[in-house]
Amino acid sequence: MTVNQISIFLENKYGKLSDILALLTDQNIRIIAATVADTSEYGILRLIVCEPQRAYKILKDANVSANLTEVLALSLDSNNLAKVMQYFTEAGLSIEYMYCFSLKEKSILILRTNNQEATREVIRRKNLTPIAESDLINL
Amino acid sequence: MQYWQKEIETMPRKELEAFQLERLKETIQAAEQSPFYKKTFSDHQISADQIHSLADLQKLPFTTKDDLRANYPFNMAAIPIRECVRLHSSSGTTGDPTVVLHSAKDLDDWANQVARCMYMVGVRDTDVFQNTSGYGMFTGGLGFQYGAEKLGTLTVPAAAGNSKRQIKFIKDFGTTCLHIIPSYATRLAEVMYEEGVDPRSDTKLHTICIGAEPHSEEQRKRIEQLLGVKAYNCFGMSEMNGPGVAFECTEQNGLHIWEDYTIVEIIDPITLQAVPDGEVGELVLTTISREAMPLLRYRTRDLTCIIKGDCPCGRTHRRLARFQGRSDDMIILKGVNLFPIQVETILMQFKELGNNYLITIDTVSNSDEMLIEVELSDLFTDDYSVLQQLSKDITRQLRDELLLTPRLKLVAKGSLPIQEGKAVRVKDLRKFC
Repeated sequence: MTVNQISIFLENKYGKLSDILALLTDQNIRIIAATVADTSEYGILRLIVCEPQRAYKILKDANVSANLTEVLALSLDSNNLAKVMQYFTEAGLSIEYMYCFSLKEKSILILRTNNQEATREVIRRKNLTPIAESDLINL
Repeated sequence: MQYWQKEIETMPRKELEAFQLERLKETIQAAEQSPFYKKTFSDHQISADQIHSLADLQKLPFTTKDDLRANYPFNMAAIPIRECVRLHSSSGTTGDPTVVLHSAKDLDDWANQVARCMYMVGVRDTDVFQNTSGYGMFTGGLGFQYGAEKLGTLTVPAAAGNSKRQIKFIKDFGTTCLHIIPSYATRLAEVMYEEGVDPRSDTKLHTICIGAEPHSEEQRKRIEQLLGVKAYNCFGMSEMNGPGVAFECTEQNGLHIWEDYTIVEIIDPITLQAVPDGEVGELVLTTISREAMPLLRYRTRDLTCIIKGDCPCGRTHRRLARFQGRSDDMIILKGVNLFPIQVETILMQFKELGNNYLITIDTVSNSDEMLIEVELSDLFTDDYSVLQQLSKDITRQLRDELLLTPRLKLVAKGSLPIQEGKAVRVKDLRKFC
């Protein structure tokens, strides 16, 4: 259920986002999901890609400020989002950030909480459907 | 403790001052031969026989950069031009150019001062010294070249720029010492790491001389750590030959100014009166060995103070404290006087930040604002709140230091212009007229 996510420091400047994405796609890195959080000055671009380690190295070589972070991935199938959130709230967990996307008719939730280990425990206990990195990439 | 010239470097103060007085009298006599000083002396009714003590120096008027400009090119020469063997000229980016002339003896004295400085920080004839200064008119090139050769060091006149070539020389020639501008030292270290060269284990570097632009103690420490060297601060200015006027000893606590070549005064730049040792003021220098172009009470515009007390190294020549900037790069913002070096000192304390930063002063809605852009060393976190907290912490420290609140902008690594020459750290976009 642990997936490597790449975070990239982005300045709020015209063309920055497309420059970074082109850097990866030019090297045949497939982008599975992307989200941008922003303030007025800068943003953090978060990416799930097919080969996170290689993508990370490409970015480093290009002198891009990037970070590799572990996040949790869940398939939402029969459970609805509100219910899943309720489980986490009951367990006293806070969401730092999350984003959803669909892949091959599955709804996938990417999640980072204030306590990843306790979150894993909730996922196991409540029989939620975790997604492994290999599954995500091969879907 | 080893000295290049033990007798002079450790000369008791009384003897040193007597020596200075004799040299001063000779210098005033010699200076009178130049058209500029001839007129100045007659305007102020000054002659060498009025000088009975070093304090009498204060009877003389100051010499300024404007005087050098007004007397461009040869009106300050105290010997016939045919007896001069070298000329250095400033580029004149901030006004008309200036010229400094040298006789053969002047060049030899200059080389000796530089050799003395280098020997003081442990450079020996067994070392390989690479000079990354621009050559030509810039005195950091030939000044260090002649000094290092006088010392007997194998000297590599690599000159400025082309980092990959610099690194190749450092590796191939087994360079042990560098002369380098501090902003370029951090840049060169970055390029080494990018190239897979660890300067601490893959090179023989042990000592570097840094100068020519103000830098903070934090930046020095960072350079030392990045390159695995000891870094020593050097002070010089083209009007006073160039490098070699003052230099740190291995104590790294102040720069010994060679008082057998130069008389040092510190004055209040407003009242123009001398300030006591330990108090910050403008450095004023008088050459007492130069033949071709003596300068009397030259106002350097550099702000510093004399460090009180004896140096453990045993040298009796007094020490100048780390330069606090120049009276002309002072920024006046909202009635607050501040120096770029203050900003740098704060920024360098944060390991999350890189070496490159830019201060922009501009008028926004009729109010002068300071924007500080600084590069992150890398994205060390995935957490927004951590970045925002970092911004807040830096801003708070800057506010405490500067007494005003700048706008801080974290920017991505590599997004500010790369500084390979003398770094431009301040852009003042305000209109003053």
